[in-house]
Amino acid sequence: MSDYNFAYLDEQTKRMIRRALLKAIAVPGYQVPFASREMPMPYGWGTGGVQVTASTLVPEDVLKVIDQGADDTTNAVSIRRFFEVTAGVETTTEVPVATLIQTRHRVPETPLTEGQIIVYQVPIPEPLRFLEPRETETRKMHSLGEYGLMHVKLYEDIARHGEIATTYAYPARVSSGYVMDPSPIPKFDNPKLDHSPAIQLFGAGREQRIYALPPWTSVQSLDFEDHPFDPSRADGECALCGSKDSYLDEVITDDAGGRMFICSDTDYCARRSEGAA
Amino acid sequence: MTACLEMNAVTKAFTLHNQGGVTISVMSNANLRVGPGECVALVGPSGAGKSTVMRMAYGNYLADDGEIWVGDVCLNRASPREILMLRRQTLGYVSQFLRVVPRVATTDVVAEPLLALGVEPRQAHARATELLRMLNIPERLWPLSPMTFSGGEQQRVNIARGFIHAYPVLLLDEPTASLDAENRAVVLSLIEQARDRGAAILGIFHDEAARQQVCTGEIDVSEFL
Amino acid sequence: MNPILEVSGITRRYGDRIGCADISFDLYPGEVMGIVGESGSGKSTLLNCLAGELIPDAGRILFDSRAEGVCDLLDLSEMQRRVLSRIELAFVHQNPRDGLRMGVSAGGNVGERLMGVGQRHYGNIREQALSWLERVEIPADRIDDRPSQFSGGMQQRLQIARNLVTSPRLVFMDEPTGGLDVSVQARLLDLLRGLVREMGLSAIVVTHDLAVVRLLADRILVMKSGQVVESGLTDQVLDDPHHPYTQLLVASVLQA
Repeated sequence: MSDYNFAYLDEQTKRMIRRALLKAIAVPGYQVPFASREMPMPYGWGTGGVQVTASTLVPEDVLKVIDQGADDTTNAVSIRRFFEVTAGVETTTEVPVATLIQTRHRVPETPLTEGQIIVYQVPIPEPLRFLEPRETETRKMHSLGEYGLMHVKLYEDIARHGEIATTYAYPARVSSGYVMDPSPIPKFDNPKLDHSPAIQLFGAGREQRIYALPPWTSVQSLDFEDHPFDPSRADGECALCGSKDSYLDEVITDDAGGRMFICSDTDYCARRSEGAA
Repeated sequence: MTACLEMNAVTKAFTLHNQGGVTISVMSNANLRVGPGECVALVGPSGAGKSTVMRMAYGNYLADDGEIWVGDVCLNRASPREILMLRRQTLGYVSQFLRVVPRVATTDVVAEPLLALGVEPRQAHARATELLRMLNIPERLWPLSPMTFSGGEQQRVNIARGFIHAYPVLLLDEPTASLDAENRAVVLSLIEQARDRGAAILGIFHDEAARQQVCTGEIDVSEFL
Repeated sequence: MNPILEVSGITRRYGDRIGCADISFDLYPGEVMGIVGESGSGKSTLLNCLAGELIPDAGRILFDSRAEGVCDLLDLSEMQRRVLSRIELAFVHQNPRDGLRMGVSAGGNVGERLMGVGQRHYGNIREQALSWLERVEIPADRIDDRPSQFSGGMQQRLQIARNLVTSPRLVFMDEPTGGLDVSVQARLLDLLRGLVREMGLSAIVVTHDLAVVRLLADRILVMKSGQVVESGLTDQVLDDPHHPYTQLLVASVLQA
């Protein structure tokens, strides 16, 4: 433990990242560039999220790390261990106990509360990127609020599939201002971003961008009047806890086509099962 | 509506910059006046400048000096916009050559002057087919481009285009040149009708008999030199 | 009637070289003006200055906009300028690839401007896209195909539909028939003429093809070495050219 500075990053770097975070909080949805550091893990494994977490973490924090809703997958376990070793903070799997949650691709089913911070790992922060490859142009489009192109993408979906086929990383407009990529969470989770009591921070390590949503910020998923946003989920219930409202993963159980649905959020599922038992 | 066509002391020369800068003077003092209900023929030996007079009267050639008036517009001082407006509303021209966008149907070519004036497409097309029928263009040719037509047919398409709107001033360049007797008679009656409704008509007619029938006067262009 | 565009003293240099120098003219509603000249004569520089793709070193471009009244395009903020460009101005590029999104369907290409001005009803957007495809003679069943699957002529017609869907007042065209087969050129010219007449469009067309200006443009500017050497009514300038360069240009056209 004494071999590392608290939470791995040096204080200068943390200060730089905190400045970016403050700016991001002040301008909700705006992508603030920051000098992303090399981290002891490959890009794409959450280097952005880890740097944001490291800069936000204080010794009193209780940390929870999830990957696609689960506390027990390699990525979640590794990052949790990383901060246990480098920061010595307490960790948990329970949402209500956690003060800081780092997540990859999910928002917990259990509602977040005031005072909590959630950190999202973001691979591509630019929602316009696949439509407009030039960074100079996308920055201009953001600054001028030219988001017609975003709807072109949704139009293309409907034209091709009869409905908006974007199911994750579903673009949303922040306080009628910037359009943001909510990270690759399922669109089912988009409504949880809207007016959340928690502070929401987004870190993209490879792309060197940080953006944020202060508590109680309006986040509206883009849609058409005649094709309204639909936070759909698999039609079924969890085989373990029986939940009919949570986001489900489909699990193949054998070679004979056997399958079942289970909650993607392991903490939520486990606590429901315990409560039932 | 009626209008006069007038030329006062008009001069015209061509300077050929790319051929040693020679200047060829074609006209040094052109004067004429065509009033409403008049049909004046330009006469004179070929090369005397009949076509040049016609083209200047249409604003196609720019007069060097003098004045050319069509109604209340002085052509050699007017802006392109005024000339275009004049050509749309007041000044019609039947040339010997048909210049159109390739692959456009004959009825559309003929109806265009009316469409440009804002006439309803249905009405413009009705008038176009009426004229084409009168001028004996076979109905099976109407949907085709006139660019593939024979010389006589092209000429009649040009005439239909020139007579579809009741222009107060009309310029006719050899309107009966390559027509058979029957169509020639139709064209001459169109000219007479235009003249009798008060159009001022200036034309080149090599066809002596036609000139006798429709013209109210003659001007010898060789006097303009 | 007031001019839709009053251009005065437009000058653009490239270092010591002159792109175009002191160009002035007025354009009225419904007028189509051609700019002719050989490559390097400055016609594209001028067009790009007018269309906002290049910033001139000097001059004024007064545009009579529906929304704002008369304004100098060079004084607008980038945001105002881009809003104007989406609604009242249009630019048809020589190469459809420059003016279309090749990865987006025909319907999406036409609909983009509508969504850009805030339309959010899929059914209405699609209906307008269909009606425009019909106007430019693209079969309705191609609406969901990408332009990369279209012929050159169809791509160009799609570009025109994409540009005209918001009923702009002024259209800039850079060699609109440039890369096309002659057989396709004619149809496109006829289409453009019809649209100009029906929509009362004003247009500025840059081309080196004298046959195209003759059929499309009411008036022309002849440019050489960045200067306008002659201007006037199209048929008058082409049939009775006065400047040595215009005479050379006209005399050099091959007869088919």
